[in-house]
Amino acid sequence: MSDCSDHDPNWVPYKERPEWNDVTPIPENDGPNPVVVIAHSEKFEDVYGYFRSVLQRNEKSKRALHLTKDAVELNPANYTVWQYRRDILKTLNTNLQSEFAYVESVIKQSPKNYQVWHHRRVLVEWLQDASLELELTKDALEQDPKNYHAWQHRQWVIKTFGLYSQEMEFVDILITEDVRNNSAWNQRYFVLNNHLGWSDLNVQKEICYTLEKIKFVKNNESAWNYLRGILLHDKRGLCGNAVVSSFCEDLYKNKCRSPYLLAFIIDMCDEAIKKDETNCLYNPERAIELCEALASKYDKIRTKYWNYLLERFRKCRGEQIINSNGLMDEIE
Amino acid sequence: MSFTTKDVVLKEDRPKSLLLQKHSDYLASYGLNKDDYEYCMTEYLRMSGIYWSLTAMELMDQSSRMPKEEIIEFIKSCQDSESGGISASINHDPHMLYTLSAVQVLAMYDRLDAIDVEGVVRFVASMQQEDGSFYGDKWGEVDTRFSFCAVMCLSLLHRMEDINVNKAVDFVLSCMNFDGGFGSKPGSESHAGLIYCCVGTLSICKRMDALHADELAWWLCERQLPSGGLNGRPEKLPDLCYSWWVMSSLSMLNRIHWVDKKSLEQFILACQDAETGGFSDRPGDITDPFHTLFGLAGLSLLGNTSIKAVNPTYCMPQETIDKLKLEPQILHI
Ligand SMILES: [Zn+2]
Repeated sequence: MSDCSDHDPNWVPYKERPEWNDVTPIPENDGPNPVVVIAHSEKFEDVYGYFRSVLQRNEKSKRALHLTKDAVELNPANYTVWQYRRDILKTLNTNLQSEFAYVESVIKQSPKNYQVWHHRRVLVEWLQDASLELELTKDALEQDPKNYHAWQHRQWVIKTFGLYSQEMEFVDILITEDVRNNSAWNQRYFVLNNHLGWSDLNVQKEICYTLEKIKFVKNNESAWNYLRGILLHDKRGLCGNAVVSSFCEDLYKNKCRSPYLLAFIIDMCDEAIKKDETNCLYNPERAIELCEALASKYDKIRTKYWNYLLERFRKCRGEQIINSNGLMDEIE
Repeated sequence: MSFTTKDVVLKEDRPKSLLLQKHSDYLASYGLNKDDYEYCMTEYLRMSGIYWSLTAMELMDQSSRMPKEEIIEFIKSCQDSESGGISASINHDPHMLYTLSAVQVLAMYDRLDAIDVEGVVRFVASMQQEDGSFYGDKWGEVDTRFSFCAVMCLSLLHRMEDINVNKAVDFVLSCMNFDGGFGSKPGSESHAGLIYCCVGTLSICKRMDALHADELAWWLCERQLPSGGLNGRPEKLPDLCYSWWVMSSLSMLNRIHWVDKKSLEQFILACQDAETGGFSDRPGDITDPFHTLFGLAGLSLLGNTSIKAVNPTYCMPQETIDKLKLEPQILHI
């Protein structure tokens, strides 16, 4: 947001501009007090007084287009200004290439503003030209690698214009820079899901990639979540993949007690129970032991959650014991 | 690269008790002080500002300090007779967000008769797309926020039959991610605010069964940081408004007891400004009505009895929801 008590020495108020003397500004209608009393700077009052007037006259002119620029500068989040600007652009049939450059400059100043990104998207749609978008979003993500608006825009252009070819490379750079960047991991999934597909080869490649990253930083929620996500596409499930289970057991043996590792092993136990494939590694007893460790030592803030799971596993252990007793009865 | 968790440290001299009177004074006089910088900016979201302030006042049982008749007149003058939608302020363009805020305010005042209800229904229904999603306005931005606005708005008006509810639910479910969370569109990253919108939509449409409740609730609990505060995505700073979005989602999932209530309460109380009144996003920052509402609503969900009960789906007083005979779904555990 730009400062509304701006003191630009070269600024000439609209009320002093001869080319605007045919227009009477409309003051702000304050609405109910006290919630909505507004104290604006003089510049703000001036620009928006003329903007309201132009809006009311429905004037679609070059000077009105310029006025919306000043209004945007004072408040880029005002969606009415942007809408009106688009109406004018359409009416005047303006050269939209210069509009591209203009929006880019506004995005640079207000990268977290809904309206600006939306304006950009409308322009891309009007011109059916997405050639600048990957670079634009790359720049925005360099400033803030988790900027939700930039990611949304990037996903939209990639999907709409089929621009997948370089995306895995881009994602890899971001993950290498910050292995905990959840947005980048999400984008990786997006490319697999919409473009590369879940062939067995791709799934195994992704597993290896992810395990490498976990080896590097073990306590990484995003990578562990991604691992679960890709294993959804592995017919063998969470615990049927030998590479994954030996990786986890090695970490565990080497005294890694990251809550994410323990939670993952618990999920493996859970899956084994549900599939009725428990074994010496994945079974209710181990799940119970891990839940207890998390609740009392490694993830105390989520004690209630781990205790909830603990109770669930106790119940199924109870059922298992009853079942096996039942079996014994039959044998006898 | 940083290997430490992004979080804040609560100071020893932070506010530790609830300063109700301060907050009521703060909201009653908000904007009267001509030096309030943020006031330069609020025209474009004024309708939501009224909703935040009034709801907060209602929760404190202080709504008589708000100029009721003026507010109702203001809302009337913001309805666009052509589209039927309501705008943030007079002469602005109608938008889903402000249409919802206006309907929420009128529902609390029990004055839904003050606007052209048919117009609102027409506007909301006209925003629904073939795939079940909703636009925010005529410019066609699609976002799960607008799905939530649509069903909240129409359910408050008892007019859900005017949209295709099944399709609306299908679109929201198409935004579910591999981690059990939801984003703004199919494929967009999971985000606590958007999870609230999607879970809220399912709660109103009574389709909570479609969620992976345990998995989603665990992801939400993972948002809690050592300070007790909650963030909106992994590796982001805690923020009071995210605390509300996470807590209300967990409430609808009937799993709010999974968060550490004591430290969360400490975090929320620490976001109060003992001098000016109001709550801010994080301890020590400037307060605003938006975070003030979510601070109070959050404390209400945590069981603070000096604040009225808040409905987690609508973020409105439970008594209003009861009066309207609405029963948004809460999952059975
Ligand atoms: Zn916030």
